[in-house]
Amino acid sequence: MTQPGRTCLVVDDSRVVRKVARRILEGHGFAVEEAEDGQVALATCRRQMPDSVLLDWNMPVMNGIEFLKALRHEFGPDRPPVMFCTTENDISFIEQAIEHGAQEFIMKPFDEEILLGKFALVGLL
Amino acid sequence: MKPASFDLIAALLHTISGLVIGPDKLYLLETRLAPIMKAHKIASLDALADTIRAARPGGITPAIMNAPSPLEVAVIEAMTTNESFFFRDEKPFAHVRTHVLPRLLSTRPAGAKLRIWSAAASTGQEAYSLAMILAEQKSSLGHRSFEILGTDIAREQLSRAGDGLYTQFEVQRGLPMQYLVKYFKKDGTSWRINDTIRSMVQFKLFNLLSDLRSLGQFDIVFCRNVLIYFDQPTKARVLAAIAKQMPADGVLYLGGAETVLGITDAFTSAPGERGVYERTPTAAARQFAAVGR
Ligand SMILES: C[S@@+](CC[C@H](N)C(=O)[O-])C[C@H]1O[C@@H](n2cnc3c(N)ncnc32)[C@H](O)[C@@H]1O
Repeated sequence: MTQPGRTCLVVDDSRVVRKVARRILEGHGFAVEEAEDGQVALATCRRQMPDSVLLDWNMPVMNGIEFLKALRHEFGPDRPPVMFCTTENDISFIEQAIEHGAQEFIMKPFDEEILLGKFALVGLL
Repeated sequence: MKPASFDLIAALLHTISGLVIGPDKLYLLETRLAPIMKAHKIASLDALADTIRAARPGGITPAIMNAPSPLEVAVIEAMTTNESFFFRDEKPFAHVRTHVLPRLLSTRPAGAKLRIWSAAASTGQEAYSLAMILAEQKSSLGHRSFEILGTDIAREQLSRAGDGLYTQFEVQRGLPMQYLVKYFKKDGTSWRINDTIRSMVQFKLFNLLSDLRSLGQFDIVFCRNVLIYFDQPTKARVLAAIAKQMPADGVLYLGGAETVLGITDAFTSAPGERGVYERTPTAAARQFAAVGR
């Protein structure tokens, strides 16, 4: 059963990654929405704001950091919490993520423990 | 494996490191000792037990604790469980930051050094987490001097701790991204703790079952996720010895599955806090407090 405050929008252009994240999150009471790029994700947020966003960096059409900037610009600085989940792992990317209002940063490859641990760190679990 | 061989190795582990293994852990012996047997060209666990036995005509007695042979050391180290991660369980670290540090800073004379001990430091995450907490509080600490000591019985883990080099997986367990950015540098595909944090921590090979007095006094002791491997008498002995290395207002942190309850009177659980223990006042101290009232 989904608990209140537990919807997550998973934004990734890889269907496999979305599926893995969905399986883990649904196993912990989250209702999961999916989007394959930033633009689709933004439209989803406008329709119904999720309680959290798991966000890839490199995607066609609109990438993760552009999405984050647009989201924060349109809806304010810190809600919902956004966690990057990307193969980018240079400090400069993490710094940019922090600068633009991301709450956490997961470096792929990730597993269930890392994903849930990061959700716990930002107070979502 | 012959029962006598199992008993010998179990006695060795228990005598030197405190580790208790039951016969149900035979598979652990097999998997963890295989590399050592290969390196020493020993064909089986029975042959390993025979080799150890032959070198100890006096048997496995407490006296061997002070001078284990290289083969014995290798066996002991291979049987340790070294899992650790940054800010493990979070709460104890938050408790240090919000409760214990402010209290110690206000009650101790400005010149007094505060000493922190990570008593089963393994690969160093616990000690470095404590160092990061101190680094974050720098402004309120002023010129106060600190010492963080990490000790462990396992050399290989300690040398990793000293290197301060962690895999991408390890830095994603428990470590907030702000701390990763602030206190680590990328080194190839790994992450290295920066010199500031590194220099705040010392690591030292040390057996918890040995005489703790040489280590001196500690205001804060993290002894987490190691007592679980010991039997009751060993836990009681170690806890009593740790109490002696702490001032009356020192604080002890144990792991989530560990307690002092029913094991020792030396510590009392801090009211409302899981895993946090204070020294039980001695009869003399209680009397003193009663007089003062
Ligand atoms: C599971 S780790 C705990 C690491 C850390 N304290 C934590 O909670 O994340 C247990 C450590 O205890 C160490 N250990 C076991 N017996 C010991 C002994 N007799 N003296 C010192 N260290 C010991 C092991 O080598 C291992 O690194």
